[in-house]
Amino acid sequence: MAELGWPAIFLRLALQFWPVWLALLVVFAVSLRTRRRSGLYGRLFDSPLGMVGFGLVMFWVFTALCADLLLMFDPLGQIAQMKNKVPGTITPDGAVYLLGGDNLGRDVFSRMVMGARRVLAIAPAATVFAFMVGVTLGLPAGYRGGRLDAGLSFIANLVLAFPVILLFYLLVTPEIRATGLPAALAAVLFLFPVLFFTLLWNSRFFTRPAKRNLYVGLTLALGLWAWSGLAFNADPLGVWSMQPNMLNVFVSVVFVNAPTVFRIVRSLVMDIKTRDYVAAAQTRGEGPWYIMLWEILPNARGPLIVDFCLRIGYTTILLGTLGFFGLGVSPESPDWGSTINAGRRLLTIAPHPAIVPALALLSLVLGLNLLADALREQSLKD
Amino acid sequence: MLNFLVRRILTMLATALVLTFMVFWLTNLPPNLEKLAKSEGNARMTDAEVTSWLERNGHAQPLLKRYGEWLGVAPGWTSERGGVVSGRCIPRGASPGDSARFCGVLQGYWGQSTVFKAPVSEIIATRLSLTGILMFWVMVLMVPSALLIGVLAGMREGSKLDRVLSTASIATTATPEYVSGVILIAVFSSSMVGLKWFKGTATSAMEGISFENFFLPVLTIALYGMGYIARMTRASMSEVMTAQYIRTARLKGASFGRVVMRHALRNALIAPFTVIMLQFPWLLNGVVIVETLFNFKGFGWTLVQAAGNNDIQLLLGCSVVAVAVVLVTQAISDLGYVLLNPRIRVP
Repeated sequence: MAELGWPAIFLRLALQFWPVWLALLVVFAVSLRTRRRSGLYGRLFDSPLGMVGFGLVMFWVFTALCADLLLMFDPLGQIAQMKNKVPGTITPDGAVYLLGGDNLGRDVFSRMVMGARRVLAIAPAATVFAFMVGVTLGLPAGYRGGRLDAGLSFIANLVLAFPVILLFYLLVTPEIRATGLPAALAAVLFLFPVLFFTLLWNSRFFTRPAKRNLYVGLTLALGLWAWSGLAFNADPLGVWSMQPNMLNVFVSVVFVNAPTVFRIVRSLVMDIKTRDYVAAAQTRGEGPWYIMLWEILPNARGPLIVDFCLRIGYTTILLGTLGFFGLGVSPESPDWGSTINAGRRLLTIAPHPAIVPALALLSLVLGLNLLADALREQSLKD
Repeated sequence: MLNFLVRRILTMLATALVLTFMVFWLTNLPPNLEKLAKSEGNARMTDAEVTSWLERNGHAQPLLKRYGEWLGVAPGWTSERGGVVSGRCIPRGASPGDSARFCGVLQGYWGQSTVFKAPVSEIIATRLSLTGILMFWVMVLMVPSALLIGVLAGMREGSKLDRVLSTASIATTATPEYVSGVILIAVFSSSMVGLKWFKGTATSAMEGISFENFFLPVLTIALYGMGYIARMTRASMSEVMTAQYIRTARLKGASFGRVVMRHALRNALIAPFTVIMLQFPWLLNGVVIVETLFNFKGFGWTLVQAAGNNDIQLLLGCSVVAVAVVLVTQAISDLGYVLLNPRIRVP
């Protein structure tokens, strides 16, 4: 079979990604133009490393969004003659496997693109949930202190002392789904966003009942609707649902991340609650939740945004670890961890099926870490 | 100080108890026990047979009782069937009268592995010693190079050297073991690149370690932890370098090298010490991944085998070791921080 050389492969790859380049160009042009007016986000473009990080992250975000445009083959479709073929091999019907074929004759490039969508669908969402849990529990623990803090900190340290891999092996098995434990855990963890927003609106608008009722009512209606669908798969309209596999993975990743967020929020709150504006709010007679959510939390945003970026990267690594051990995802799944796992067996003969997703994961996490580092540096300049 | 120590140890024991109980509960869930019955007895058992097998082998008791037995604080179960008394503490063929009443982790009885057909304590001892060798070399490679990178980057904050080294450390923290391992194997041992400097597996390292078969796994684990320690060292070093006494030393006329070595280094290494100790739990993760990737049959590999094959006793044994490692290193890091840092006084 004929093969393309490396220059031709790179050229074709670059052309294949045209929607991503276009989107990146627009984003960078707009951001650079408005950077003096857009606050912390704009100052990101003052540091070259920050721009590189932002570019890498946005590259994968756009790849995930336009995955359907970028695909050259069905990520699950197999062509028997293409097993373990090197990058640039031409298929029997004239198309090209730009990054070669894997051990089942599937296109490595298309699987990588589809994998980006899988990873970016779970990692940021799981991080958001972990933050909701960590913030909702960390605020009162840091603000109130005392026995509540001692109890919550003990539980958080308990989860943190649990070796992550062991926890995954115990939580993400098909057997455990039969016991209903993941669903129970999901029911608890998914309740926190609803709780968070209810407290948020109620503490702000409780003096204006009409507005309060509208906001809290909307939150409760939407939140509980989504909650019933996501945690119990019992959504009457069938809009919100999650595959049991996915739920399992999602819940365990949130569970592992939440205690660290809790500890960060707690220590930030303990620092901020000694400030004068908190004392002023207390003197005004504001309620504790108003002070926590509307006085302390906005002032803790800098470190939290930085940690959020880092944590998405860490969650991506955790998802990859799960895939690497074949936990919780179907073997067909194109996510990067599983692809690395499938490719590693033939690593010394045909390394490309494992190398491609490995480099993809590396560049995404690197981008997030560079972004976090630049944000930290820029926010310290205040 | 004594009060602090006692409270620390009590919290540690409570954490260990709760954690082992959680692992015990999760490994002894009904579906796992059913699988155990079918793999130990026979795969085509009916539900009634499974229930009776579980009852005969002491798995039908209340969870707390079973946990107590496993821990060694409750007497082991016994059951009589056809005139033969069998029980948790009665070895096959021994008479019930001679056997101990209690047998659990506290008495040194860790159970029998169903996969390796050997006592769990024996398996863990041999596997742990193999992993110990791996960890030793990881530490030898990781700690000095991380500290060196951190100190070099932190001594002149914002310099070109700092930028390069900091970016490199960010890159290593963004590379989990399964990514760096795959890349290293592909570059240094695949026929596609053709360098073939090292071996892609570490199976032969279990008999004799050589640079060729052991460098890649050690490097893979060390890389991921290195960046983090280096960044912490850099942060602490650059903070120390802005301190008043450093300026005094410089104004006194001490050379830059002497200031770094004599005045800055010791104070800058307090924070990294804590970080290095807290890295152990993460190294455990790395060990599991790398041992699986390089097929090095140490502790991490054993954990994967135990978890993958529903080997309940072995998995429990592994988790006891893992939890102990995490808790002990946390305690050492707390204690070391208090002892090293003169500014912290414990009432």
